[in-house]
Amino acid sequence: MRLFTHNMLSSNIKGVANGFPLRIEAEQVLEKQVDFNPDFLRNLFPKLEWKALVDGARALGYAELPEAADSSMLESEEFLRKFHHALLELHLEEGALTCPETGRKFPVNKGIPNMLLHEDEETSLQLPGSLGSQMLVRITGKQ
Amino acid sequence: MKLKQLESMLGQLQQFSNPKVELEQYPTGPHIASRMLYTAENSFGDVSNKIVADFGCGCGTLGAAASLMGAEQVIGIDIDSESLEIASLNAEDLELDINFIQCDIRNLVWRGPIVDTAVMNPPFGNSNKRCRHGFSFSSTKDCFSISLFITQDLNKRGKVASFDSSRL
Repeated sequence: MRLFTHNMLSSNIKGVANGFPLRIEAEQVLEKQVDFNPDFLRNLFPKLEWKALVDGARALGYAELPEAADSSMLESEEFLRKFHHALLELHLEEGALTCPETGRKFPVNKGIPNMLLHEDEETSLQLPGSLGSQMLVRITGKQ
Repeated sequence: MKLKQLESMLGQLQQFSNPKVELEQYPTGPHIASRMLYTAENSFGDVSNKIVADFGCGCGTLGAAASLMGAEQVIGIDIDSESLEIASLNAEDLELDINFIQCDIRNLVWRGPIVDTAVMNPPFGNSNKRCRHGFSFSSTKDCFSISLFITQDLNKRGKVASFDSSRL
């Protein structure tokens, strides 16, 4: 799991109001080289929670990111390289993600976070309508 | 990437060895998958340099197709660990770099709108009525567009559709 994914994921347990960011417990961290794409980083920057990235990187053993960042720093290649490394090249291979509110642990095995819930942690699944049937209605015109 | 090339690469992917009927794990064939992502890219510009999520990725065919069409990041999400294992191997075989999350789509919580495009071949409730009501998305409203592969009649009558999710 990359910190890119970590920056999107929130605890999904019923009743949790502030499920972001999940705390990282690292047992095994891998580094895999990824092509450097500064434009992608510049576009993504405003959508990211910087603090979560900094803390996540530190949990994975990388402490080179500045505590605070603003868009003017996106002109610096040195900054972008560090940003790129933290966001895309570090992988949590084995470990866990902990819900900040409840302390519930979501295991990460072979790089894949397991966000499955126990039955008593799920919110009601009776959401109105399903996308699948809405789409079918739209395409076939039949209910 | 040419359409024929894409289709032939997707044809190499491993599919479910023991499909779980209750999860409607029918494979997404290379023919329809290649056309879906080719269209999403060439007619709608929804794939290259985008963040693409494959909801209910199964063996990861659509996610792999998105990656081959130049998606910057692809996230494959599935409830089933065996599927995710096959999907990871498939990604490795094609030397694609895909992020996977094991999650029930119904319980998926995104922090905010990061994904640009969602692709999926969801369960439609053909073999499990509960699935029909299961694949319900609040999270996709955060995406700019959704490319959806519709199979009512398994792979026989597939259609490719692209929607602006804000109109859902």
